Amino acid sequence: MLRHVLFRDDKDFAGCSIFGMMDRGGGRTNGEPVMRAIANMKERSNGLGGGFAAYGIYPDRADLYALQLMFDDHCARRETEEFIRSGFELAEAEPIPVRSTPEISDPPLLWRYFVQPMPSCLREDEGEDDYVVRAVMHVNVNIDGAFVFSSGKDMGVFKGVGFPEDVGRFFRLEEYEAYTWVAHGRFPTNTQGWWGGAHPFNILDWSVVHNGEISSYGINRRYLEMFGYICTLHTDTEVIAYAVDLLLRRHGLAIEDLAMVMAAPLWDHIDRMPREQRARATALRQIYGSLLMNGPFSIIISNRTRMIGLTDRIRLRPLVAGVAGRMIYISSEEAPMHLIEEGLERTWIPTGGEPIVAELEEIAIQRVGAGR
Amino acid sequence: MKSYIIPEFQVERDDFRCIRCEVCVRQCSFDVHRYDEEEDQVFADESKCCGCLRCVTLCPTRALVVRRNPTQIPDNYNWTMEQLMDAYKQAETGGVLLTGMGCGRELPIYWDHIVLDASQVTNPSIDPLREPMELRTWLGAKPDRLEMRGGKSRPKAEGMGPQLKLETPMMFSAISYGAISYNTCEALARAASELGTYYNTGEGGLHRDLYKYGDHTICQVASGRFGVHADYLEAAAALEIKIGQGAKPGIGGHLPGEKVSLEISRTRMIPEGSDAISPAPHHDIYSIEDLAQLIYALKEATHWTKPVSVKIAAVHNSAAIASGIVRAGADIVAIDGIRGGTGAAPTRIRDNVGIPIELALAAVDDRLRAEGIRNRASIVVAGGFRNSGDVIKAIALGADAVYLGTPALVAMGCHVCRKCYTGKCNWGIATQDPYLSKRLNPELAARRLVNMINAWSHEIMEMLGGMGINAIESLRGNRLRLRGVGLSREELDLLGIKHAGE
Repeated sequence: MLRHVLFRDDKDFAGCSIFGMMDRGGGRTNGEPVMRAIANMKERSNGLGGGFAAYGIYPDRADLYALQLMFDDHCARRETEEFIRSGFELAEAEPIPVRSTPEISDPPLLWRYFVQPMPSCLREDEGEDDYVVRAVMHVNVNIDGAFVFSSGKDMGVFKGVGFPEDVGRFFRLEEYEAYTWVAHGRFPTNTQGWWGGAHPFNILDWSVVHNGEISSYGINRRYLEMFGYICTLHTDTEVIAYAVDLLLRRHGLAIEDLAMVMAAPLWDHIDRMPREQRARATALRQIYGSLLMNGPFSIIISNRTRMIGLTDRIRLRPLVAGVAGRMIYISSEEAPMHLIEEGLERTWIPTGGEPIVAELEEIAIQRVGAGR
Repeated sequence: MKSYIIPEFQVERDDFRCIRCEVCVRQCSFDVHRYDEEEDQVFADESKCCGCLRCVTLCPTRALVVRRNPTQIPDNYNWTMEQLMDAYKQAETGGVLLTGMGCGRELPIYWDHIVLDASQVTNPSIDPLREPMELRTWLGAKPDRLEMRGGKSRPKAEGMGPQLKLETPMMFSAISYGAISYNTCEALARAASELGTYYNTGEGGLHRDLYKYGDHTICQVASGRFGVHADYLEAAAALEIKIGQGAKPGIGGHLPGEKVSLEISRTRMIPEGSDAISPAPHHDIYSIEDLAQLIYALKEATHWTKPVSVKIAAVHNSAAIASGIVRAGADIVAIDGIRGGTGAAPTRIRDNVGIPIELALAAVDDRLRAEGIRNRASIVVAGGFRNSGDVIKAIALGADAVYLGTPALVAMGCHVCRKCYTGKCNWGIATQDPYLSKRLNPELAARRLVNMINAWSHEIMEMLGGMGINAIESLRGNRLRLRGVGLSREELDLLGIKHAGE
């Protein structure tokens, strides 16, 4: 739990830019192109939040969970480290390398820990992933001044207060090589200079960047609380990250199902579907109605093997996709794709609720070691 | 014994306007009006007037005004006119005071202290006249996660209970045949069918002629078990075990023998002219495990094809009771608040027993979520709804749907005069007198019901659209879209909402 929450609003109210790029062949690029791309949409953010998720950046420690944390002070760090040591084998602990730049002020303490859950600490029937989720919830809710902002394997989130390209330079992203990059520039209306509130939001290797405001946030959050997810950040993006984890990882749904839950087709549409599809779509809305994300959004959801773009059911926020060979791009605007990619073959605008799914090729999944 | 009771109302007749048509004389079942041929005058016996305004409404020259009797007792905050008259009535009769309709005491109405949110700038509001707006609601048990079974031919979600499909989250409350006339039952049945929602038979069974509306009928099984047989269960879309009623928690019911006509005796399966007494408890349910047995007996009897609801009155421990009901296998928990209506109840019980529905609803929804079983049952609330604003706030507090009883009767003409128990309802609703009941034309009454629910649905859509929401499930339990005004910290905490300005 981070301390500096200035305003106790229901949630944040933000307009934003989002950008994602994936090399389906697993080839890695450094952080320069993604920083240029997100900088090109500068007028969609206002310098109060920027961030990146990068996949494939820790190949040497790809089997370990990379916990990246923010601390308000060393006291919070020591308490958190004690907690981590009590439940995890700690392979490495280090400050996240940053460079001091004039644009970024007052950063929290930024550390990362490469860890493996201690088998003896797992509850019966509990997988390692569930254990890590529980540990992350514990730190974020119970440890004063500490916040886990990413917790996946072979990936990391880098975020803070500032324009995204400034945050990227602060974190020296040009030194990281990733096959999937996702970026976010934030335009919040409730101006909290608050590092935890920047995007992406992450749980395990799922990351979410989001442009929009979820009008259904209140019930989305209450529903997720029934499944042990505790929303600590008062941001609607956090609920999307947890919803993705619940639906795809814990409930084993397909991405199409996820889209039908979060941006559900209209009943008029469902009533005209073929029998089997109708039964499934109806059941999804009956069971997961509380996870319908109502209100304007476009989001990019990513994990180690996939990158998914989705807009709300009546498409109130922009999203455009592009292809260049093995590269797939998803963006709020088309211009940044042209800026960083000369060989863009095709771009298209998906309809509301229609997911754009980029998947790592089988061979690349093996190469980067991201098999499940 | 000389009666000390002072009439509650004054009937004023504008003699210049009165044309001696005698409509008022014929319309008043309480015999207030009398025409004297010799004097060519219409007189009123005000001691009989219940204030139902039938005469005022139908007077063709608007010659009548009924107003509260201005006669005052000496000012006294404690001993009001009403308290005094009640005491006189009991001193003169030695009886329990009877009344009809819901509690109208000055208990806080929380709906009036809750306000709704709307979108400004950061998310667009939605115009329901131009864009889709979905109110479809499903009642019944849902599993925690989706697993499809049955392949292509019979696709079905594992663990999904039978569902009721509502095109709008409003249903008509349980009102029994006996308490209301056959025509009124028919109007409710027709309206529910046309609206794509449901009405509830109450505990008086279901007349054979209404079986054709069975797909939109919830059949009740109450402590008297009136009219409960295989065909009755089979005819229904869902079944409801009535444990309690908001207007009279903890007590049963009594339909006097004079109201048990041939048709009612056939429907209720009791001898004509005999009293129909519903015991206070079900005598086969003395605890929760007994309730579970009845729930499963009803499910077995209907081949697990119909959801089973359990209706309770809102009382102090509603949350724990509701949790037990869900764990006992109910698909729907219906909760009836202290302002819920009735055809007849002892006045003191109606006005003093039970708790407001707003607090019970908030507590039940919170408890089911805390226990992780909210998916396993739907919550339907009843008792005191007056307009679509109340309904949408109930949904935002956590209800899946609401039952409307009094509003439905009002739509058909009821003026809430609270004399249902006399069986002399001038509006043809709460009566078995053929002369009175034919005043209610089922077709026209159904039209009035459909109009009102459609109007409320439109209003709910407008309010949803204003919040930037286009499906009702995104408001259900979304208490962040509510704020309290003028409530204490404790009340806000119980309701789970913030104060306006927070």
